[in-house]
Amino acid sequence: MAKVIVYPPTSMILSDLVERMGHKALVVSESVRKLATANDIQSPPLNVTPEEPKKGLRYAAVDVPSGVRGRMALIGPLIEEAEAAIVVEDPGWLTGCAGCNRTNELVRLLIRTKGVPLLDLAYPTDDAEARVFVQKIKTFLEGLK
Amino acid sequence: MIRIAQLSCGAEYSGIQKEIERAADTVGAKIVYPEVSLDDILNVENKFGVKVASGDLNLAMARAVRIVENPDLADAVIVMTCFRCAEAAIIRSEIRKFIHEHSKIPVLSYSFTERTTAETLLTRMEALVTTVKFRGLLAREKQKGLTAGIDSGSTTTKSVIMRDNEVIGTGWVPTNEVLKSAEDAFEAALKMAGVKKEEVQAVGVTGYGRFLVGKHINARLIQEEITVNSKGAVFLADAQKGAATVIDIGGMDNKAISVQDGIPGGFTMGGICAGASGRFLELTAKRLGVDITELGKLALKGDYRNVAMNSYCIVFGTQSLVNSLALGCKPEDVAMAACHSVAEQVYEQQLQEVEVKEPVIMVGGTALVEGLPRAMEELLQQKVRVPKYAQYIGAVGAALLVSGLLEG
Repeated sequence: MAKVIVYPPTSMILSDLVERMGHKALVVSESVRKLATANDIQSPPLNVTPEEPKKGLRYAAVDVPSGVRGRMALIGPLIEEAEAAIVVEDPGWLTGCAGCNRTNELVRLLIRTKGVPLLDLAYPTDDAEARVFVQKIKTFLEGLK
Repeated sequence: MIRIAQLSCGAEYSGIQKEIERAADTVGAKIVYPEVSLDDILNVENKFGVKVASGDLNLAMARAVRIVENPDLADAVIVMTCFRCAEAAIIRSEIRKFIHEHSKIPVLSYSFTERTTAETLLTRMEALVTTVKFRGLLAREKQKGLTAGIDSGSTTTKSVIMRDNEVIGTGWVPTNEVLKSAEDAFEAALKMAGVKKEEVQAVGVTGYGRFLVGKHINARLIQEEITVNSKGAVFLADAQKGAATVIDIGGMDNKAISVQDGIPGGFTMGGICAGASGRFLELTAKRLGVDITELGKLALKGDYRNVAMNSYCIVFGTQSLVNSLALGCKPEDVAMAACHSVAEQVYEQQLQEVEVKEPVIMVGGTALVEGLPRAMEELLQQKVRVPKYAQYIGAVGAALLVSGLLEG
């Protein structure tokens, strides 16, 4: 079983595909769940406190907007943990989105420069492309140990 | 309960959502999030005019469209995005303009960091709520009876006594001990007016120390300085009807307020550094060896173009000041450069966030430093009005507004 990060990191579709193939999907919803189910809820709804943007300094400098750094505090550790990655280009908002395009750009960069096995895909636009899309993901995931 | 619609990007990930809600709660308001459909977001460009790469900004724009189409959804709007995000800065400004142009809902825009606290937002939120809640009171154009106003500012404390629409006494002291300074200013105003404290029918208090001073003297009105100052400004500048823009460069922060019929429509409050405040002018006067009251007159004789100065930061501004004097620059040029630098920073950072409509009224003690309104006129290419009693604007606004409470 490999730990696979997906892009967009909020994509439930990609996460589901990864899990179905017996791997662990690294997605933001897991990070949010950890925060939001903590015993001490200081900052609802996500329980992201001003400490998260500070933790995000590990991935982006202080002159990067706090919202980017706060998001990176959730996504950055997932990238560090990843053993493989699936990146979908131009996925559209329906597939999942961090809400901030600067974050999206930084996440793609960090995934691509990490040096783990990577599957780059274009978002399918019709049924035939969707079948190929899923098949490619399946083949990639089967190749992971 | 006043409903403030939050249109934002990044607030929850910056860890400040709780602070926004706490500030709203403190002023008796509730943060609401107008519902939009997925189609509203996907098609936002059709109605708003643009869509951007960041999903949360598209959501904010879609919410703005929904509010304009259904004004009953919110009483006021706060547009908030991350400080230093260019994409968000453009959209924040466009959302503010969009709501301003298509509705009568008051809008506040603000860029935050993870260090933004409820206290930072409180005065702004209070002003937003006041413009909704006390619209009738803010529409008051005449002062009646015998009332007093106290403006407990960060640098100076001002007081006025008003009787039947006239200022009859003024008091001005540096703010040291907040309560003592308020008492001293009040006493001075009473003395000049020739009235006793017991005769005053009601007192209104504004400024940083308003809660402490207001409680101490049992004030009838304790109000933030944005609504009070804008009211005082249009009253003294005789611009109560129609549009106006109020610029108040204070000792610690600056306010730019877009006013319609005496009621603030949009405003910004802030200042990145003391380099854009009255403090920098004080420092310049001290370095030039002139009294602050003489700095403006000196500046009018100078030309800012002869001095390289940018007081974006008060430390660097001071360096520019020292360097220019060491290079042999004339004191009058340095004085004007300091005025221009402060005006330029307010122009670049704050006046881009409000609708600048004539008349432009400059108030506060800094407005009396003649070089400053002159510099602002050059930047705006508009005549700037400095009304009589410009330094007492908050106290006059408080005395005027509190008289409205005497009737009922």
